[in-house]
Amino acid sequence: MKIDKGVVEYVAHLGRLALEPNEVELYTSQLNRILEYMDSLNTLDTEGVESTSHAVPVTCVLREDLAKDSFSVEESILNAPEKIGSSFKVPPIIEVEE
Amino acid sequence: MPYEPVIGLEVHAQLLTETKIFCSCSTQFGAEPNSHTCPVCMGMPGVLPVLNRKVVEYTMKMALATHCRINEACNFARKNYFYPDLPKGYQISQYAQPLSEHGYVDIELDGGKKRIGITRIHMEEDAGKLLHDEHLPSSYVDLNRTGVPLIEIVSEPDMRSTDEAVAYLKRLHEILVYLEICDGNMEEGSFRCDANVSLRPRGEMMFGTRTELKNMNSFRNVQRALDYEIKRQQCILESGQDVIQETRLWDDSKGETQSMRGKEEAHDYRYFPDPDLVPIVIDNAWTEEMKKSLPELPLEKRERFIRDYQIPPYDAGVLTSSRALAGYFEEVARLSGKPKIASNWVMGDVLRFLNEEKRDIKECPVLPGSLAEMIQLIEDGTISGKMAKDIIVEMYRTGKSPQAVIEEKGMIQITDEGTLEKTVAEVIAANPTQLAQYRGGKEKLFGYFVGQVMKATQGKANPQLINELLKEMLAKE
Amino acid sequence: MEDILELTIAQIRELLQKRKISSVELTNYFLERIKRFDGDISSYIKVTEEYALKMAGDADKKIADGENGQLLGIPLGIKDIYCTKGIETTCASRILKGFIPPYDATIIRRLKDEGYVHLGRLNMDEFAMGSSTETSYFGITRNPWDLERIPGGSSGGSAAAVAADECIASIGSDTGGSIRQPAALCGVVGMKPTYGRVSRFGLIAFASSLDQIGPFTKDVEDCAIMMNAIAGYDPRESTSVPLNVPDYTEFISRGIGGWKVGIPKEYFIEGIHPDIEKAMQRAITTVEGLGATCVEISLPHTEYCLAVYYIIAPAEASSNLARYDGVKYGFRPQGSIDLLDMYKKTRSAGFGAEVKRRIMIGTYALSSGYYDAYYKKASQVRALIKRDFTEAFTLCDAILTPTSPTPAFKIGEKMDDPLQMYLSDIFTISTNLAGIPGISVPCGFTKDGLPIGAQFLAGHFEEGKLIQIASAFEKYANIEKRRPAL
Repeated sequence: MKIDKGVVEYVAHLGRLALEPNEVELYTSQLNRILEYMDSLNTLDTEGVESTSHAVPVTCVLREDLAKDSFSVEESILNAPEKIGSSFKVPPIIEVEE
Repeated sequence: MPYEPVIGLEVHAQLLTETKIFCSCSTQFGAEPNSHTCPVCMGMPGVLPVLNRKVVEYTMKMALATHCRINEACNFARKNYFYPDLPKGYQISQYAQPLSEHGYVDIELDGGKKRIGITRIHMEEDAGKLLHDEHLPSSYVDLNRTGVPLIEIVSEPDMRSTDEAVAYLKRLHEILVYLEICDGNMEEGSFRCDANVSLRPRGEMMFGTRTELKNMNSFRNVQRALDYEIKRQQCILESGQDVIQETRLWDDSKGETQSMRGKEEAHDYRYFPDPDLVPIVIDNAWTEEMKKSLPELPLEKRERFIRDYQIPPYDAGVLTSSRALAGYFEEVARLSGKPKIASNWVMGDVLRFLNEEKRDIKECPVLPGSLAEMIQLIEDGTISGKMAKDIIVEMYRTGKSPQAVIEEKGMIQITDEGTLEKTVAEVIAANPTQLAQYRGGKEKLFGYFVGQVMKATQGKANPQLINELLKEMLAKE
Repeated sequence: MEDILELTIAQIRELLQKRKISSVELTNYFLERIKRFDGDISSYIKVTEEYALKMAGDADKKIADGENGQLLGIPLGIKDIYCTKGIETTCASRILKGFIPPYDATIIRRLKDEGYVHLGRLNMDEFAMGSSTETSYFGITRNPWDLERIPGGSSGGSAAAVAADECIASIGSDTGGSIRQPAALCGVVGMKPTYGRVSRFGLIAFASSLDQIGPFTKDVEDCAIMMNAIAGYDPRESTSVPLNVPDYTEFISRGIGGWKVGIPKEYFIEGIHPDIEKAMQRAITTVEGLGATCVEISLPHTEYCLAVYYIIAPAEASSNLARYDGVKYGFRPQGSIDLLDMYKKTRSAGFGAEVKRRIMIGTYALSSGYYDAYYKKASQVRALIKRDFTEAFTLCDAILTPTSPTPAFKIGEKMDDPLQMYLSDIFTISTNLAGIPGISVPCGFTKDGLPIGAQFLAGHFEEGKLIQIASAFEKYANIEKRRPAL
């Protein structure tokens, strides 16, 4: 599968990364090389093989519904780059047309 | 061309657990921003989720109550998108393997029943809250709600009118509240609804282009938004244009739906199984245990009330509208042995008092035992129905038993013939004009005399006895 | 005091208990060594001197009170990937610069319970993404055996610090070889336990289904001691496995007479450094000399491991790293006009090139239309890789392979070619995909004097077997004792 600069830019946007034009170039060529290597998987027939997302099978891990102390507000917002009162502050959300 | 609406609903219900879905923080509403948070629900680096057992069990209850099939194994997936109220940058939800699928609920409309299919019910975590400051160019993030457990109930596109949609929504709401797994509060967002709406020419099999409606936070708004949207789409189609597939927000103040076009991201959620959570395997024993824990559901209860208590469907509907009310009524019916009369008192006075003060049946000062006792006092003639009307006001005001109210107010019914004869004679003697008119054929005045006797006895006279004595004495020369 | 650097945890613990030395003295000794030598090596991002001396003082009091924690008073280096309450934890990334965790990772809690001394934060590839410790925001770490070369990665700081005796032992993490490969390249012992054996809670996630924590030590006995301290079930992790943990030190000196040791033919490929190939031949002879039989086995899906890994790991990473958005903690640049701008500025300036590359690969592999071709396909092949090992372990007790196809390479050598860099992990990643444990032990040197590692693998939760074979190998192979010339 060959990907072009448009795909690279779309993927960067999905991952909320702003790429410089030279980075777009670089990633396009590097990603194509890497993906070409990944394509080796397509030579393998996996019809009927169940997907594995866990290395060690464990099921039904549950905890009881018992409340424990939360953090103090101070601890919760200790690392906030910006805050107002006990809330995190973020820039305004201006939804820009894609 | 006549068009037919096709409606499907997605309902999100917050579960009434003590703690969040993946951590031990409280789910309580209305606390100081970020005071119900911990590293897990704040999405700090390195934290891991562990699933709350109650969330699985509550979801199973809803699935069973709506005739869904519970899957033997289900798992969680990550729904990836960026938003400040989503601290991990993904929402943990269920995607390819939900807890349950293929259910239904029955709704009633104008006497007819209709079955609405449920596609799936799955578990997920709620997002936090993003508050916008109109004065400052910034927004605030409160993560208290992050990780509060939700179930999403997705219907089939089976509804063909706004009324059906609202009836379905009310049915789901009623079941959730009956199961005591959701408080059903729409204003606080414990019960939320999005709708998919499209129109097609009547008789057509293919679906038309749909829009998704959001931001409807009451049954009334759902009704209004759907009505509006159906009309809007009809106008578009009638003018030969095409409906655009988009998300539209209901604006309550303007009474219209508005396009979010341009403000919305092209969504590519990149779902994949969450490697931090393991599959949940549900065996028959667990399902059976949950089945046993289910209360009688509203529809079953309604039918039983009609059958066993011989009360009209409307009354049965009102009395089963909440589990607590139904329980109250049944207690009064059982203790008094008079279900029909019990139903009248509960539907009439008790509910009126409660509605006036917007109180719940659980807070009703008139205990079922007291109401049953009062009904018995009427039955054995100790008090009249009219006296009871006053007594119950006192009972509601003070929480006292009818016996106590009667004693305090000296409200024993006068059933002694001799005493009453004397009063009747006095009343007749005091109203010569009316007596003459009555005897002259104006029989309507009989009621007037009854009233005068009642007044003279402060309502304590046995009405049947008054009737008998008046008839006898008015006829006497 | 110079001979302290020869001593293992086992030996130092005895000196501490007999009060021949205090933990404060010991800690000062290592702090001194770090001051003297770490300028060249840069294994530490940050030395927590005050914190270390306080912990050492506490340990001395406990020793005086007759307490006997497994690591009481032992100075350790910690990879900067474990959230440690009150201590800046960066994952070697600008995006977490200044982040002070308000909580302890389970591993840190366990180490505290055992009375360890926290010397400082060890360098690593940013978010553990790399095989050379060249992608850290805080600069590269050099190999103590040759300062022109890389120490391996991603736990390069953890390996280099033990090799240079800048701590007695250290803790690292391994997602595709990040403990074993640098252990091999720096000539120390490094173990990746079974997935689910050591709690990941508080380990800053790279790839959740592959990450595992393990120790770097001078010898196999110390590895067993460290494993005793860190292994065990944790209710805060859903993938933690509730199995009893044996006393790993009991597996030392048991011998491996009668064992069958599998030699997977797919691991002896073209491109292996000739000195490593020779060392592996010697290793096979050593194992047979211990009374075991070496048998050729096949792991037929080996050639697909790298492709599977470089789909699954970046896919999980792209999601795990979405939380670094400038809202709740860490780095956020000034002057964003709106939210989207803030996100993009934060993440573009906060992440380095390799992290961004992996976010791109992972995001692509999960995106609409490509999921089945990449992520789903990789998850299926992963099942086949796992099955290869299950079948192999019906034929043998353990598997022997080289740890790395090459010895430590030159700084900068592979930075421009991601795929070449990824190939450094070719012998280690299958272990993570299958979730099995692996250990790298020193097995000699190249002609140029660079360390070589041998890797042993065993079935799920058979770390004991690994300790058993690795300790037998360590004694019998009689690898020349050398120290890097600093």
